[in-house]
Amino acid sequence: MKALHVQNLTKQFGDLTAVNGVNFFVEYGEVFGFLGPNGAGKTTTINMLIGLARMTAGTISVMGHSYPDALKMAQREIGVVPDESNLYDEMSGLENLTFCASLYGIPRKDSEPRALDLLHQFDLHDVKDKAFKAYSKGMKRKLTIAAALIHKPSLLFLDEPTSGIDVASARQIRYELKELNQNGTTIFLTTHYIEEADRLCDRIAFIVAGDIVRTGTVTELMQYHESEQSVEFTLDQPLGDLSSIQEAFPQTAIEKAGERSLRIRSVQSVDLLPFMRYFDHVGLQVYEARILRPSLEDVFVNVTGIEAEKMKNNQRGAHR
Amino acid sequence: MNAWIAFLSILKKDMQNYYLKPPNISWGILFPIAWTLMFFLRSEAAITIRDLLPGVISLSILFGTTSMLAVTITFEKKSRAFERLLLAPISLNLLMLAKTSGAILFGIGGAAVPTILAAFLTDLSGVAWGSVLIGVVLIALTSTFLGLFIAVSVKEVFEAQTFSNFFRFPMVFLCGLFIPLTHLPLFLRPVSYLLPLTYGNDLLSSAITGAHLLPNTLNLGMLLLFSLGLFFMSTRNIRRKWIL
Ligand SMILES: Nc1ncnc2c1ncn2[C@@H]1O[C@H](COP(=O)(O)OP(=O)(O)OP(=O)(O)O)[C@@H](O)[C@H]1O
Ligand SMILES: [Mg+2]
Repeated sequence: MKALHVQNLTKQFGDLTAVNGVNFFVEYGEVFGFLGPNGAGKTTTINMLIGLARMTAGTISVMGHSYPDALKMAQREIGVVPDESNLYDEMSGLENLTFCASLYGIPRKDSEPRALDLLHQFDLHDVKDKAFKAYSKGMKRKLTIAAALIHKPSLLFLDEPTSGIDVASARQIRYELKELNQNGTTIFLTTHYIEEADRLCDRIAFIVAGDIVRTGTVTELMQYHESEQSVEFTLDQPLGDLSSIQEAFPQTAIEKAGERSLRIRSVQSVDLLPFMRYFDHVGLQVYEARILRPSLEDVFVNVTGIEAEKMKNNQRGAHR
Repeated sequence: MNAWIAFLSILKKDMQNYYLKPPNISWGILFPIAWTLMFFLRSEAAITIRDLLPGVISLSILFGTTSMLAVTITFEKKSRAFERLLLAPISLNLLMLAKTSGAILFGIGGAAVPTILAAFLTDLSGVAWGSVLIGVVLIALTSTFLGLFIAVSVKEVFEAQTFSNFFRFPMVFLCGLFIPLTHLPLFLRPVSYLLPLTYGNDLLSSAITGAHLLPNTLNLGMLLLFSLGLFFMSTRNIRRKWIL
């Protein structure tokens, strides 16, 4: 059984298909990320998964509870961090946390110690009695995460957990999420930061315009892209004509990468030794040889770029 | 899970955050006092304080309850805090009862103001207090749920306030509070019977002055029907319009 299992999930707003029949699952103990640009359908998907939006079609099973019938059962086991903090402005940090706990049937005598622990954990203990509205953006986001954790959910949903806040808070949040995951909490998050997905997620789904275009571990996503290999050589002298070296290595594509550097691309893996010998033979010294690995960003741009092109001829594109 | 912890906590939070704030206290207490004094002190011998009491009680409850939901529901919806409540593992019915019980209590408290004043100013012996209490509670329920229905049907707080005025000012005249239904133009009377306060006020009159137009069982039945109807229409609206 999966922590989260979604099949053919679709959401339509009138003519607009915000989520277009997506399929994915999240294993217990995993950090799963939805990576996509603005308007991709990330929030809409989360809203359907947590019960704030109704699906147009498809099936959702959260912690073994099928929607819509067992929604309330599922809601006991999930925590939600929305894209915008939605706590009570007038109430203090501590009051907000104990209030959230009470919504899960936890009496104050049990929730207060837990709330104080969380406030410590997120460095908010000093401001625990201040009104929420007086918090900075980063503090607000941290308290919102603490509020989502107050009832010890097994599955945590986060919608863009680090967008729009300072670097230090974002780093702390990422650290806490890692810790939480190591202690057994399954995490589903959305982000449009490629780096965040790379650092935090065990598996990632690229979502563009309501479609999941690729799912996999970071390594898997890279491999898909790595069928082509590139090596970059930096030499001691400026390069002249490339035709002789191209003739010597007809299986590869060779191009200038800079005044004294050249890039070699090949569909097979590039063997460095013959190149070193060749340079030695023609009297060029090699300063550096680098194998270029694609970043997740390259993969993302590549994959979604293609999809974006497709989108132009797609009827759904016309609605945007 | 103990859903009552959630229920009481929501009620307590609304009380602290909204109802027991100075502007609302003054609205809930000073306003009925002002109404009461205005009516009671000006009343001529022919119309006694006792005759006016049912109408003043009805009025206090109506105004005390309906406007509160614009804040506790519409405002929270707009600020998205309401989403947090919708995520709680409690049924929507229990949630909405928790969100409205503050207003209901507030309305009942508002009804106490003219009653206590009247007790000082005139002799209230012979009043059927049990029936008064039932009437007060039912008027508080229907008025609150009317406010709820309005609050979940609009997007902005000011719309909720405007709409509730749109309902409650005509109700002052159409529900027999100060103008007996029999004095209303014939074409308006069907409208009166579509408004829950008509039945509530008639119930109160019967308990306080003994005079009433309709059988009490009919009044009770209609009030219960309105309460249930408005409540379920409201939760249906939330499901349809807020859970998109
Ligand atoms: N309530 C709604 N009514 C109509 N259209 C909506 C509604 N909510 C979202 N949409 C549309 O659905 C699409 C997906 O929106 P969604 O908010 O899910 O995107 P997102 O991936 O979360 O984007 P962002 O990164 O900006 O948060 C968008 O085109 C949006 O305009
Ligand atoms: Mg979003």
